[in-house]
Amino acid sequence: MELHQMPVYVLAEKLKKKELGARELTQAYLNRMQTFQPEVNAFITVTEEKALAKAEALQKMLDNDQGGSLAGVPMAFKDNMCTEGVRTTCASHMLENFIPPYNATVVERFQSAGTISLGKLNMDEFAMGSSNENSFFGPVRNPWNGEKVSGGSSGGSAAAVSAGLAPFTLGSDTGGSIRLPAAFCGVVGMKPTYGAVSRFGLVAFASSLDQIGPLTSNVKDCALVLDTLMGYDPKDSTSANVVHEACFPAVTQGVQGMKIGLAIEYFGAGLNEEIKASVYGAVKALENAGAISGECSVPATEYGISAYYLLSSAEASANLARYDGIRYGHRSEAATDMQELYRFTRGEGFGREVKNRILLGTHALSSGYHDALYVKALKVRRMIHDDFAKAFETYDILVSPVSPTTAYKIGEKTADPLQMYLGDVYTVAVNLAGLPALVVPCGVDAQGMPIGVQLIGKPFSEKKLLQAGYAIEAALGQLVSPMASQLLKQAEGSARI
Amino acid sequence: MNHEIVIGLEIHAELRTASKVFCSCANEFGVEPNRRTCPVCLGMPGTLPVMNKKAVSYAIKAGLAMNCTISSFSKMDRKNYFYPDMCKAYQISQFDLPFCRDGYVEIEIDGQKKRIGIERIHLEEDAGKLNHDPFAQGTLVDYNRCGVPLIEIVSRPDMRSPEEAKLFMEAVKEILEFTGVSDCKMQEGSLRADVNLSLRPYGQKEFGTRTEMKNLNSLRAVLRAGYAEAARQEAQILAGKNIPQETRRWDDNKGESFSMRSKEEAMDYRYFPEPDLVPVVINDAWLEAVRKELPELPQARRVRYQETLGIPAYDATLLTSTIQIADLFESAADICGNAKAASNWIMGEILRRMKEQEEESLEPGISGPQLGTIIVLVEKGEITQTSGKKLLDTVIGTEVDPNVLVDRLNLRIQRDEGAITAVIAQVLEKNPQAILDYQAGKGKAVGFLMGQAMGMLKGKGDPGQVKAALEEKLKAL
Repeated sequence: MELHQMPVYVLAEKLKKKELGARELTQAYLNRMQTFQPEVNAFITVTEEKALAKAEALQKMLDNDQGGSLAGVPMAFKDNMCTEGVRTTCASHMLENFIPPYNATVVERFQSAGTISLGKLNMDEFAMGSSNENSFFGPVRNPWNGEKVSGGSSGGSAAAVSAGLAPFTLGSDTGGSIRLPAAFCGVVGMKPTYGAVSRFGLVAFASSLDQIGPLTSNVKDCALVLDTLMGYDPKDSTSANVVHEACFPAVTQGVQGMKIGLAIEYFGAGLNEEIKASVYGAVKALENAGAISGECSVPATEYGISAYYLLSSAEASANLARYDGIRYGHRSEAATDMQELYRFTRGEGFGREVKNRILLGTHALSSGYHDALYVKALKVRRMIHDDFAKAFETYDILVSPVSPTTAYKIGEKTADPLQMYLGDVYTVAVNLAGLPALVVPCGVDAQGMPIGVQLIGKPFSEKKLLQAGYAIEAALGQLVSPMASQLLKQAEGSARI
Repeated sequence: MNHEIVIGLEIHAELRTASKVFCSCANEFGVEPNRRTCPVCLGMPGTLPVMNKKAVSYAIKAGLAMNCTISSFSKMDRKNYFYPDMCKAYQISQFDLPFCRDGYVEIEIDGQKKRIGIERIHLEEDAGKLNHDPFAQGTLVDYNRCGVPLIEIVSRPDMRSPEEAKLFMEAVKEILEFTGVSDCKMQEGSLRADVNLSLRPYGQKEFGTRTEMKNLNSLRAVLRAGYAEAARQEAQILAGKNIPQETRRWDDNKGESFSMRSKEEAMDYRYFPEPDLVPVVINDAWLEAVRKELPELPQARRVRYQETLGIPAYDATLLTSTIQIADLFESAADICGNAKAASNWIMGEILRRMKEQEEESLEPGISGPQLGTIIVLVEKGEITQTSGKKLLDTVIGTEVDPNVLVDRLNLRIQRDEGAITAVIAQVLEKNPQAILDYQAGKGKAVGFLMGQAMGMLKGKGDPGQVKAALEEKLKAL
C-alpha cells in the first residue's frame, strides 16, 4: 500500500514502531503536492520548510519514544483557523496577507498531539459558499473529475484527503461546509455537536453555528482525529465543559438494536433518484448489521434554509464588520477620508458572495425588519430544535442524504445564488439544532461521482454516529478517488513500503 | 424660567476590576498607547470574549447599592456601529435584559429628601480613544481603554433642575466609590454622563421633546450644560419654534452646545444577542455573596454619625468623603472612645496631610488603631498636642504602634519639677531683655519665654506646669 493511502491510525502506529520516518512521510506528501496541487488547488499556502523542520524535530522525539498520540502524522488546516506566523487568509483578498500572532485552540491541540501541518487549505471566502467557487485563490477542483466542484466551503479540506495530499484535514461547518464537500469528494466528514470543539481562533462566520470537524478517508480515522479535537476550552465560552468518551476504541462495536429514523422531509421532491437509492442502500446495510429502521418527521425542516440564511448572515454582518482596514488586512489606497476608508476597503477586500451575505444580514437586523426576519428565524430555529428532540425520543440516529445532487460542474450554479443555497437543504437544520452529523460515502452515481449519506445524532452522540458510520463503511467499502489511485513515477520520489 | 425642567441622566462608570471585561489585559489608566491590548480586546479574527465574573459582581453590587432588582437571567448583546475606536465594529453591551432594574437613589435638596428613580444598570465594554495629533496628518487610535468594563446607569426623568442632576450624580459617584465598584475619576473619564433634558409648562403632565447632551465629564459641566440647554430650549419655545429631538455636544470651554445629529440621523444599532457569550444566570448564592460585601453607604453613615456620635452635619459630610476616611474615623473613634476628638484629628490633621501629598491617593496612610492610640495618648495627657502631631508624622506610612514610638522618640510629658526649674533658670539667664520687658509690663514677654522653655523641653513639658513655674520665677525676681 502506498503511504498516501494508509489510514491515520496505521501511520501513527508505524511511526511509533519506527517502521516509518516522519520526514519520509512528510516528504512523500509534499512530493504528491508537486504533481496534484496545481490540478486540485486544495491548498492556499503550503508550508513545506516548516513541515520538514517539524518532521525533523518530531522524528527526534519518536526516536526517544516521545511525542503525542499522532506524532509525525502530516495534516492540514482549513485557512480560517489561525496559525501563528503562517498567513490565514479565509480565502479573501481582505486577509490575503494576514499573519496571526496566535494559534487557534485546535491548532494547539494538534501541535501537542505531534502532527505536522503541511499548510492551509482552500475554502469559500469566509466559509460562505457550497461549491468552493467563492475563493479569492480560485476554485478547488474535485479529485474525481477536475471539471466538477469539490463542494464547499471546506472544499480544500475534502479534496486534499480525497486526492491523497494529506492523511486528514480539519474543516469547519456552519451549514454543511464539512459534510457537503465530504459527500462530493467521497470522504468521511464529521460536524461535531455545537460546543464539542473550541472555536477560539476559528475566524468567525456565524458564531452560533460554526463548528470545526475532521475530514478523513475512513471512519476509524475520523474517530481518532475527533478524540484529539474535542474538549473543553476556557477561551471559548460556548465550549461544553464535559468529558468526552474516547471514540476510536468504540468504533467497531456495531449497531445491534440501534434505532434508525428516516425523516420523510429528507426524501421528498427534488432529491436525485440515484442518491435516494444509495442512501436507502446505506440504511439496508445498517439493518443487515442489526439496526432497526422506521419513518419519522422533522416538519420545521421546510423553513430551515430561510432561517439559516437569515441567522448566519445576520451574525456574519457583525462578525465581518471588523475588517475595516484600520488595524490589519487590506486597506484601500484610494481613500481620502474615514468614510471612504471603510467603503473602499470593504468594497475592494470582499468578494461578491460575502457582500451579498453582509447586505442580507444587515437588512435582517435593521430596525423595522428585525422582528419579521431575525426574530422569526430564531423561532424557526427553536422549532427545528424541538422537532429533532421529539424524533430522538424514538430514534438513536436519523439518516438522510447530504445534498440533492452529486458534485456539479464548476460555473454551473454560480449565476443563481438561490439555487446554490437550496443545495444546503439537508445540512443546515443540523447546525440550527446544534447536533452532530457524520457523512460517510455510500456509492457513486452513473457519472462516477461520489454519493454520501448523512447520519444525525443527539447532542454529544458522536460515538454512536461513528459506530453506525463504520457499519456502513464495512458493508459498502471506502471510496478511493482516481487521483488518489494515481501514483507518482518513481523518479518523483513516491515511497513504497 | 417659565417652564419646568425635566432631566434624566445616563451615567457611565468604568469598573475598578483588575483586568478588562473580556480578556486578561490589565485595566489601567495612563499607560503608553496600545500597550494594554491583546488579540481579544483588539477583536482580531477568531478571538473570543470570556466574561470577567468580577465585572458582573460589580454591576450587581452597584445595583444593590442603588436599590435595584437584580435579574436572575441576563444576556449580552451586540450593538453594531462603525467607528475606528471600536475594534470589532460592535460593542458588547446589554439590550433588553440588563443585570439591574427599577432602583432609586436619594438626594437631599433644600432640606428635603427626594428619590430619583433608576431605570436600569447594564454592563458593557468601553471603546478606545481617538487622538487627533496636531503635528501629524490624521488621527491616532489608542486601544488601551478598549474592553475596560463599564456600567451604564440610566435614571428616570425624575430631576427638575440642573442642581438636582448634579446632586444625583454626586450621590451616584459616592455610592460607586464606597462600594469600590469604580474610582470615579472624572478627569480620567472613568465617570461621565449624558444629560437628557426637556421643558414643559408647569402643571403639564406630558413631557416635552428632549435633547441628549453627550459625554459630560465633570459635575460642573453637568450643571452648566443643564442650565445652558434649558435656557436655549426656552428661548426656542418663546420664539415659537419647535425643539427637535437631537443629540448635542457640549463645549465646556465655549460654554455652549452644538447639534451632533438629529433623530432622523440616529443610528440603527441592530442589536442582537451576543453568540460568543452564554447567558448569565445569577443565582441566590452569588447574589448573597455580593450583598455581604456591601459596605454601609455614606448616607446611612452620615445619619448615624450625627444621631449617635454627635458629629455636626458638616463634619459628617467631610468624614464620609471617601470610604477610607469614614472607615478610619469609625475605627479611631472606637479605639479612643471619643468620636469628636477622632473627627477633629481627621479633619485637622489627616485630610490636610493627604492634600499636601505629591501623589494623590485615597489612602490616609494610617490605621484606625494607630490614630486612636495617638488620640488616647494626647487625651490622657501622656504627650502634648504638639508631640501628638509629631508622632502622627512618624507613624504615617508605617505599621508601628505609637505606644512603642512614644518612648523611642522620648515624647512623654516632662513632669520632673527639678528639670523644669533648671530649664527655666537657663532661659531667664539667656534672655535678660525679656525679663526687662516683663518688668516693664509687656505681657508678650511671658509667651516668648514660655516658647523658649518649651523648646528646650522639646515640646514635652506640660504647658500648664511650665507656665506656672515660669510665672512664679518671674514674680520672684
